[in-house]
Amino acid sequence: MDEILAQASKVADAAEVFMVTTDETQVQFETNRLKHIQSKQSISLALRISREGKTGYATTTQPGGGQELVDMAVETARFGTPVKFEFPPAGTYPAVEVFDPVVEKVPLETMVEVGEKLIATVTSHTPEIICEGAVARATMSVHIINSRGGEVSYRKSIFSLGIEGSLIRGTDMLFVGDGESSCQPVLSADNVTRAVLQQLEWARDQAPVPTAELPVLFTPNGAASALIAPLMAAFNGKTVLEGASPIGKKMGEMVFDRKLWLWDDPTVSYRPASRPGDDEGVPSQRTPLIEQGTVAHFLYDLQTAALAGTRSTGNGGRNRGLPAPTPSAFIIAPGSTTLDDMVGDIKEGLVIEQLMGASQGNVLGGDFSGNVLLGYKVENGKIVGRVKDTMVSGNIYQVLKEIAAIGSDARWVGGFLQTPPIYCPRVSVASK
Amino acid sequence: MTDIAATAQQLAEVIRRYQADYIEARLEESQTSHITYRGRELESIGRAVAAGGNIRALVKGGWGFVSFDSFDELPGKVELAIKQAQFVGNEVSQLAAVEPVVDSVPAGIDRNPVTIPLAEKKGLLDEYNDIIWRTPKVQTSVIGYSDSFKKVILVSSLGSNVEQAKADTSLRVNIVATDGSEVQQSGISIGSRGNFDEVQGLHRQVEETAQRAVELLAAPQAKGGEYTVVLDPILAGVFVHEAFGHLSESDFVYENDRLKEVMVLGKTFGDEALNIVDTAAIPGMRGSYRYDDEGVPATRTYLIREGKLVGRLHSRETAARMNEEPTGNARAINYRHPPIVRMTNTFIEPDKASFEDIIGDIKEGIYARNWYGGTTSMEMFTFSAGEAYMIRNGKVAELLRPVVLTGNVFTTLMNIDAIGNDLEMNQGGGCGKGGQVPLPVSNGSPHIRIRQCLIGGR
Repeated sequence: MDEILAQASKVADAAEVFMVTTDETQVQFETNRLKHIQSKQSISLALRISREGKTGYATTTQPGGGQELVDMAVETARFGTPVKFEFPPAGTYPAVEVFDPVVEKVPLETMVEVGEKLIATVTSHTPEIICEGAVARATMSVHIINSRGGEVSYRKSIFSLGIEGSLIRGTDMLFVGDGESSCQPVLSADNVTRAVLQQLEWARDQAPVPTAELPVLFTPNGAASALIAPLMAAFNGKTVLEGASPIGKKMGEMVFDRKLWLWDDPTVSYRPASRPGDDEGVPSQRTPLIEQGTVAHFLYDLQTAALAGTRSTGNGGRNRGLPAPTPSAFIIAPGSTTLDDMVGDIKEGLVIEQLMGASQGNVLGGDFSGNVLLGYKVENGKIVGRVKDTMVSGNIYQVLKEIAAIGSDARWVGGFLQTPPIYCPRVSVASK
Repeated sequence: MTDIAATAQQLAEVIRRYQADYIEARLEESQTSHITYRGRELESIGRAVAAGGNIRALVKGGWGFVSFDSFDELPGKVELAIKQAQFVGNEVSQLAAVEPVVDSVPAGIDRNPVTIPLAEKKGLLDEYNDIIWRTPKVQTSVIGYSDSFKKVILVSSLGSNVEQAKADTSLRVNIVATDGSEVQQSGISIGSRGNFDEVQGLHRQVEETAQRAVELLAAPQAKGGEYTVVLDPILAGVFVHEAFGHLSESDFVYENDRLKEVMVLGKTFGDEALNIVDTAAIPGMRGSYRYDDEGVPATRTYLIREGKLVGRLHSRETAARMNEEPTGNARAINYRHPPIVRMTNTFIEPDKASFEDIIGDIKEGIYARNWYGGTTSMEMFTFSAGEAYMIRNGKVAELLRPVVLTGNVFTTLMNIDAIGNDLEMNQGGGCGKGGQVPLPVSNGSPHIRIRQCLIGGR
């Protein structure tokens, strides 16, 4: 890495080398039994330079190919965007615990046992169910150096397990599933098992749904599938800078219900999305986005922040290509109402666990619209069965403007979101 | 850089020294370039090279898989894959018998898109961007261009040694218009098998897309409910891919007895006019190839013929386990993943109806065109149209906000009651499954009419 930085510094005004190596092992179950074991070892090396004021960028999987990397970066710098920022100098980083050495030592046998027990519990509850599952452990090391002397490096471990079950009766298909991940070993599948069994219980019968505006309760999974993509787009500093975010000019205004609090937080211990610094070496921070329904901040990387005349929030993420503003983990503050109380409050309505394809529409405008892959009908305060052939549509700027209640039990979903259930009084439901 | 051809030969030797029911090694080297515009400004321009490989081993029905970027200690990686497979395996391995293949397949293009000067690519995108920004009320836009050229070598314990070169180019344009707090967007997605010409000359289409985004600001939203819906070839192609194609992938079916009952060959799924095909064997499409990633030759597979289920897509394992012929549909997006059963070029064959025949007797319906995307859960599907219009008294009427269509696959296939004569293939986008996305595929259809289709709305 140092060699590449030195080579690049000869032809560039500033340079940054980013390297991540990953070692992952996954045991996979198909049709209720162990089927595959996979190991993936990967190296990714990215070089970003500033040359005559412009950005150059190139990546490789071969650390030995330093000169080729520098040449490619120089080639792209002829056309690159003007560099508006400076790489961060040497600094101090918050202590964020994301590595547990035990993770890489978890034996395959233990991983298989955890998966088998999970599947056995689910299949003993519902013998006809067919499950796919995975138990995975990974360790990665991230190292960033730049020509201003900035340097950050850390190791991260991730352990995850997940299950998807399908229950087929004729052409009627029911899909259930849940997962959990942590930087520490997850050797008990109890949380996941409990969630899946609850889904199976609630989906035991089918219930009809009218086409109407109905109260809808989004579970944490349901909120993740319907409401989060529009929020992530709206709070992205780049969307704001372009004037395409519906809330870009509403900083300090109450746009959402006053019960809603949202922040981005990469500093929570042992969460897979946590890290001491972002992918540009900017120290991690907790950034409030919605406070009491009021727009509080947006997410920035170095370049976007410079263009917007503000500071990076430590949200430079590399998905594909150059760093761009990227949420680490969205956290929605829990409220004080229990799930039972919220369900009990609904005379006729829905509980949404999974909305399929909800973010295919005009996400930027706040729209969500999807088929209820897993959801339940509530009648007179009781869940009476699963709904089918039903679409739920809305716009987050209407639906989150008036929230009936926010649940007291927050859950992590997919490693990138912690949310409680959210109960909305009126959402459009269309059914056959 | 490592010479993967030489490494492949070494690995072919190494594999021969080990005992397993099947071992294969797949090595890959690739180069890519991308240019992204966001708004008026160039957002990102970059080049990448990658090289790596994997070993896959089968022992007593269990699979081990090791992928790597470092070519050091290859025998150790073969041993690890075998050890993993042994750990899993406790039954009898089954793989459909195929002949070993030794072949080398060129990319079939005049010039490698990655080596076209960045200045030429950027110049083209600049022209498109100028058009976008001449349109009033455009708030922002994203243009994403990318290309790749890769060489993949497969060697196996069967004695196969297949080298295939593949090129790909893709262009996505998404244009956002705003008016007050209203935000609407419209887009284009074009792909080709590495032919840069295909992404050139789209000036008119870009202009229309920008205008449409603006027009949508004033368009009404469809009222949710059931409609007679006419799909254009692009959206019907997405429908056939999402709603039916994924059900034809045998890895979902082969060990699932209940799904086998649903997908039993000979069962009626639609009208006699309905024919659905998947084939990688037609050259020049994004889903085309000569051999799949297990070295099995590409075929032409009828999934539905005259309304009846007649075939499905297979890997060597699923074919053996279902006692059917392999179809050459095992594909991996890159060397970091094992091959799984995937579609290639999937389409509804044309029938006789003209567009006028199809919409002529619709009193009130929806004409849905183009697409944002789609997803499926086998039984239920949902996909979104990029454009939609009301159909009133047999004529295409006012523009609507984009609609989301959803339904039960089986009922919806039965409800197709008219198939046009105007087959078109869509090369844009890519398919996602098992974390492998976006895999180049194409899909297509003539215009089709669906009775009683559920539309989401407010």
